[in-house]
Amino acid sequence: MALLEVKNLHVEIDGKEILKGLDLSVDSGEVHAIMGPNGSGKSTLAYLLAGKDDYEPTKGEVRFDGKNLFEMEPDERAAAGLFIAFQYPLEIPGVATMTFLRTALNAQRKRRGEPELSTPEFLKRVRDTARNLAIDPEMLRRGVNVGFSGGEKKRNEVLQMALLQPRLAILDETDSGLDIDALKIAADGVNRLRGPDRAFVVITHYQRLLNYIVPDVVHVLSAGRIVRTGGKELAMELEARGYAQYQEEFAA
Amino acid sequence: MKTAAEAALAQTFSQARDRLPGSGAIAAQREAAFDVFAKAGLPHRRVEEWKYTDLRALMREAKPLAAPPDAAAKARAKTAAAMLGDLEARRLVFVDGVFVPELSDIAKIEAGLRVGSLADALCAGDSALTAHLGKLAPTGDVAVALNTALMGDGAVIYAAPGATIERPLHLVFVSSEKPVATFTRSVMVVEPGARVMLIESYEGPAGSDYQVNAAIELFVGDGAHVDYVKTIGEGAEAMHVSTLAAAIGAKARFNSFTFTAGGAVVRNQLYLRFDGEDTVAGIRGATLVRGRQHADTTLMATHIARGCQSREMFKAVLDDEAHSVFQGRIVVRQGAQKTDAKMMTQALLLSERAEADNKPELEIFADDVQCGHGATAGALDDELKFYLMARGIPAAEAESLLIQAFLGEAIEGIEDAGLREALIESVAAWLKARGQKPV
Repeated sequence: MALLEVKNLHVEIDGKEILKGLDLSVDSGEVHAIMGPNGSGKSTLAYLLAGKDDYEPTKGEVRFDGKNLFEMEPDERAAAGLFIAFQYPLEIPGVATMTFLRTALNAQRKRRGEPELSTPEFLKRVRDTARNLAIDPEMLRRGVNVGFSGGEKKRNEVLQMALLQPRLAILDETDSGLDIDALKIAADGVNRLRGPDRAFVVITHYQRLLNYIVPDVVHVLSAGRIVRTGGKELAMELEARGYAQYQEEFAA
Repeated sequence: MKTAAEAALAQTFSQARDRLPGSGAIAAQREAAFDVFAKAGLPHRRVEEWKYTDLRALMREAKPLAAPPDAAAKARAKTAAAMLGDLEARRLVFVDGVFVPELSDIAKIEAGLRVGSLADALCAGDSALTAHLGKLAPTGDVAVALNTALMGDGAVIYAAPGATIERPLHLVFVSSEKPVATFTRSVMVVEPGARVMLIESYEGPAGSDYQVNAAIELFVGDGAHVDYVKTIGEGAEAMHVSTLAAAIGAKARFNSFTFTAGGAVVRNQLYLRFDGEDTVAGIRGATLVRGRQHADTTLMATHIARGCQSREMFKAVLDDEAHSVFQGRIVVRQGAQKTDAKMMTQALLLSERAEADNKPELEIFADDVQCGHGATAGALDDELKFYLMARGIPAAEAESLLIQAFLGEAIEGIEDAGLREALIESVAAWLKARGQKPV
């Protein structure tokens, strides 16, 4: 069975159906891109997988590593190896970034029955990862994301991902709000983590990010369903022709 | 119509008046104070200052005055205030309201410092004490009046002009198992240019419904620097009423922090007077209550002299059916031009059954001042909690992090690093107990 199996997933929010029978299968070692127009349900999928309140499926199932994802709390999902890089990372004044990172990492390790990291080991990991992502260590002393620019917040998401070493990372529009240099740094951070034991789902509106994070599979999400699946060349085609043809198909 | 508690207090006073320490002017002061109580009775909800803390209803009975502590009570007091144990403070220990020299650290008192017991000073008719006693405590306040009428012991502290007292002073008030009442009164005089840190801590056993009424009068001289901390960690059934009355001179620094986590009913009163120009003060506090605890902080800060800056920040975290009250009034008198006063009070409610009453007030009679106040009350932010959980942090731990963040702003205002750490530890201990309670 694939690492992530989504079958006939339906989701309603405030009485409106957003996902209408979504199927998706992602294996370890693969990078999938989900592209689609605004309002197609991309972020809904990300929040649903993360376990946000008010995002409840009305039909269908999601299995992560064979387990029913909807029976797991958000923190259990994270400890099982699921990571969502959010489109809009929140600011948490008063919680120092270092405290946050350390608490998260050790909570996951504890749940998996692994020993907590020692302070020097933890600090070394954070410093090395921050350097790779061009994050000023001074920023890590502040409250989580407090005073960070949009681009810094996105890089901070990648930093968290690199530290937590998930088995499946879902990147929700990580490219939005990034200039080209920041985009490259973030993409490099993701590419460094690519490997046979890890999978990625890159959610994006634009093809641009996929020049740097080259996907194995590209899906088109429109009106709550995957309407087409292909190789990386599909992203180029979308960039050239836009989403109009898919939206018309389903509007009809 | 007197309540049972009011009748019992009257009886207590008539039985004790002849053996309470001090005679002459002191005895007259006691009589006058008791008259204030006799006329007004226990304050109730129709008395504006006590609207949210109806002492007449909350105080069903008045406990008998505590007897001097026995050996067993003293022995148990040895481990008191463990949380603040790393501060290497000079401890003055009071058990059931009585100074216990053998538990106190009164050897090698540094130059410029004098410490002693109030009972001794009253018996000796110490003129330095009588010059200060009762000069700051508001005579119309019934809680203070009862304290003045029945005060048994307490600390008397003098810091000489210009003296820097390196070791913090720590008044450790411990109640034993006996359901009794204690009335302690302390006086601290910090002469001009002196520097002192004073900690008061209160604690007692969970199973006893003892009653504590404590007051301190604090004189901060010109150019002095005083850090004052009170931690109220009384037993779960205890009643605690305490009052700080302070007068602060010119170009002084004054920091106050009150940490309230214990007691069934707590009323913490602060009466502050800015008598001298250009003083800088930070008045802060944190209250953590759960179960059916009731904790009231009532602050009255009066700016008399010009150019003082005061920052007031009080935060409360409430769980279960707990009730917190904050009443803060800043008065700026006509002569107090260029006053810069900002007051903020915030309550974080962890339960739908908890209640927080916040009442900030400004009364400004000067025309060139910067004053402001704010009050908020709310629940934990679910979005932030979700973000933390999405990174693998379990719900209880995520809540703890957010509660610590909420309190952090107040606690970070404490200048002394050791004390700050000790209070952060106290918060962590409260949160840990919260996580362990049966759901």
